[in-house]
Amino acid sequence: MADATSTAPGAPDEGESRRDFLLIATSTVGATGAALAAWPLIDQMNPSADTLALSSIEVDLSAVKEGQSITVVWRKKPVFIRHRSKAEIETAQAVKLEDLADPETDKDRVKKPEWLVMVGICTHLGCIPLGQKDNQPKGEFGGWFCPCHGSHYDTSGRIRKGPAPKNLPVPPYNFVKNNIIKIG
Amino acid sequence: MTKPTWNNSVVKWIDDRLPIFSFMHEETVEYPTPKNLNYWWNFGSLAGIVLVIMIITGIILAMHYTPHVDMAFASTERIDRDVNYGWLIRDIHMNGASIFFLVVYIHIFRGMYYGSYKAPRELLWMLGVLILLAMMATAFMGYVLPWGQMSFWGATVITNLFSAIPLVGDAILSWLWGGFAVDNPTLNRFFSLHYLLPFVIFGLVFLHLWALHVGKSNNPLGIDVKEPGDTIPFHPYYTAKDAFGLGVLLIVYASFVFFSPDFFGEPDNYIEANALVTPAQIVPEWYLLPYYAILRAFTDDFIVYQVISIGGFLFSAKLAGVIAMFGSILLLLVLPWLDTSPVRSASFRPVYKLFFWLFIIDCIVLGYIGAKPAHEPFTWIGQIATTYYFFHFLVLLPVLGKLEKPLAVPDSISAAVTKSST
Amino acid sequence: MIKTITAIFTAFLLSIGTAQAAGDAPKPPKQDWSFNGIFGHYDRASAQRGFQVYKNVCAACHSLNYVYYRHLSGIGLTEAQIKAIAAEAEVTDGPNDAGEMFKRKGLPKDRYAAPFPNEQAARSANNGAYPPDLSLMVKARHGGADYLYALLTGYGKAPSSVKMMEGMNYNKYFPGHQIAMVPPLAADAVEYADGTKATVSQMAQDVTMFLSWAASPEMEERKRLGIKVLLFLLVLAGMLLALKRQVWSDIHK
Repeated sequence: MADATSTAPGAPDEGESRRDFLLIATSTVGATGAALAAWPLIDQMNPSADTLALSSIEVDLSAVKEGQSITVVWRKKPVFIRHRSKAEIETAQAVKLEDLADPETDKDRVKKPEWLVMVGICTHLGCIPLGQKDNQPKGEFGGWFCPCHGSHYDTSGRIRKGPAPKNLPVPPYNFVKNNIIKIG
Repeated sequence: MTKPTWNNSVVKWIDDRLPIFSFMHEETVEYPTPKNLNYWWNFGSLAGIVLVIMIITGIILAMHYTPHVDMAFASTERIDRDVNYGWLIRDIHMNGASIFFLVVYIHIFRGMYYGSYKAPRELLWMLGVLILLAMMATAFMGYVLPWGQMSFWGATVITNLFSAIPLVGDAILSWLWGGFAVDNPTLNRFFSLHYLLPFVIFGLVFLHLWALHVGKSNNPLGIDVKEPGDTIPFHPYYTAKDAFGLGVLLIVYASFVFFSPDFFGEPDNYIEANALVTPAQIVPEWYLLPYYAILRAFTDDFIVYQVISIGGFLFSAKLAGVIAMFGSILLLLVLPWLDTSPVRSASFRPVYKLFFWLFIIDCIVLGYIGAKPAHEPFTWIGQIATTYYFFHFLVLLPVLGKLEKPLAVPDSISAAVTKSST
Repeated sequence: MIKTITAIFTAFLLSIGTAQAAGDAPKPPKQDWSFNGIFGHYDRASAQRGFQVYKNVCAACHSLNYVYYRHLSGIGLTEAQIKAIAAEAEVTDGPNDAGEMFKRKGLPKDRYAAPFPNEQAARSANNGAYPPDLSLMVKARHGGADYLYALLTGYGKAPSSVKMMEGMNYNKYFPGHQIAMVPPLAADAVEYADGTKATVSQMAQDVTMFLSWAASPEMEERKRLGIKVLLFLLVLAGMLLALKRQVWSDIHK
């Protein structure tokens, strides 16, 4: 080891400084080891491989007719998938942005206009809105209606009336084939 | 000891109200420790560290384990295959049990060799025996949790021992089981108790250290501390030495965890428990083998059993085995009174030293026999080894202490250390 | 002196060996597996061939319950291959909105499909014998991979000294020598995708490689991490020893 100390007055004697260096070096190596050892203890609480395997699902849309909605479960949450009619699409596209509490164009919310995919959890306090089936109330804007506190969503799933602050969220999804989407 | 002055104002504020820093300073920094301790004295701190590792990994495993007979085995496989680093945490916990007993057995043998159990440290020793008993109970129940074949059948064999108790044995047994056999209620309660006991051990360790700090540490010469020059402060001398000892232990521990995680285990425990199929051989983990050998030594034709069961309408070989098995550990509690020698350390007791190593060999033989099937010649070897075990404590130690002529003991630790360095 | 005797004695005891496998079966000969030793790794090509053997031969009777299709990336199969393999299986799912259980094609997130729905069905189809699950077989037997390979290649004609019970087959390495399983491997039982000649010993070797992976999928990561950890600890222990010596230098003057 190089002699780092000089013979200048006030400098610590060689033995002491060597001990300090060794102490600091050993402590650093030890602390690094402890941090590296701690990582698995923390990472084990992150979602495990089997949980992550359920983090995306593929949905076959070929059976969903126009005007029909289905609900699938993704990451334990309900996802509304609606095969919209031409009328619903036109209504959604005609809405002016100034009329929206959470401004978003219909185009920004869909990949193909006839397919609306969104997480069916009201953005107010978490109830599941009604409107998936034809015999359920769809609210004043022809989309979905949340019975808990009266939020109304339109045919693009945007909040139009009621206490909910945001539009029904659109999950990440892709068309892997013409009629099959992969959510997540 | 005068309270140290703390420069840091936060530390001082806390310490004025709850003197935890002063306490730690007195007990782990200033604590006067004999300056001649050898490396056999590292094993106490190593045991404490392994206990902490077991508690941490155990709590994490409990986040992923399901204590139900239909899901326990599958949940451990999920830990191994799907939980991030689950295989690592499980391997550390599994091998940690073996490392824990290895370290503790060496710690106990150190105490036996150097007379650390003698006055004024009798209670320190007895607390240690209680810790050993709690460790054995914890390890036994922990081994049941994966619900493999050995888990189930080991639990069945050992719990069945309770039926040997006269009159109330069967009632106690079904109370323990929560049913008519080892089944889901048993597994659930073992999980609860397995989680609880390590914290009981933690408390016992606290009392153990407290008792230690009253009488202060023994040393290889076995003589009392006479002058300040005999001791050095615990920090930095023994903190540095213990840290090095920990480094060496971790190398041994890691070698098993990473390169041979199933070395201490039994293949049969990778088969899910089946109440209708008994494994060819039911074997406990290695650290319980000596007691298992003592238990099985008591057959109907064992001469010792026949002698002590004269009269015996409530007595059975099974009950004798159970009493001997627990007795072999409880006997340790009265070791301070069984050994009559006024000299502590085996360094000055050449005859005792010989018998100490003979005792170690006896323990190893018992362990070896515990893993063997229950037929000749293993049975009679086990019976001899069992008899010798009790002979060592009940006959040899009391007699030897009186008859032995010990070597001259040094005047003081300082004198001995100075002498050896010249 | 006494310490030496104790050490020699212990070594002697250990050399006699721990609890032997029940029965009089000989110890299986040691093979030279790629996963032995501190640098052990799974031979991916062999493991994939072994998977073919499992799929086409063993899976008719033996389940692989703890392996999920998505785990097969561990032997080097691609996501597309895994999806295709999973899709060949029929899985029961449900209940649907009508309350019925229904069948669907397998997905990567599913368990490997078992040949029988439960133990009783398995026994009933196999003369009362239960073909055990193979996920952990390599860890669940003394001798591990060596034993498995020896067993698969250990069938033969029973020597005159052994009286075979009805329906049993002679195997040199099976404890008791009488095994209910008929010899599962015959030459060219499988046509390997990579063109390797499918001799019995080749198939036995490959399926053992596959099942070793199935029992210990973490092995490669474990050994890799182990080397890093041990090197680190050796350095750290060395530094701690130097520090200890430094600290004690004024005592040991």
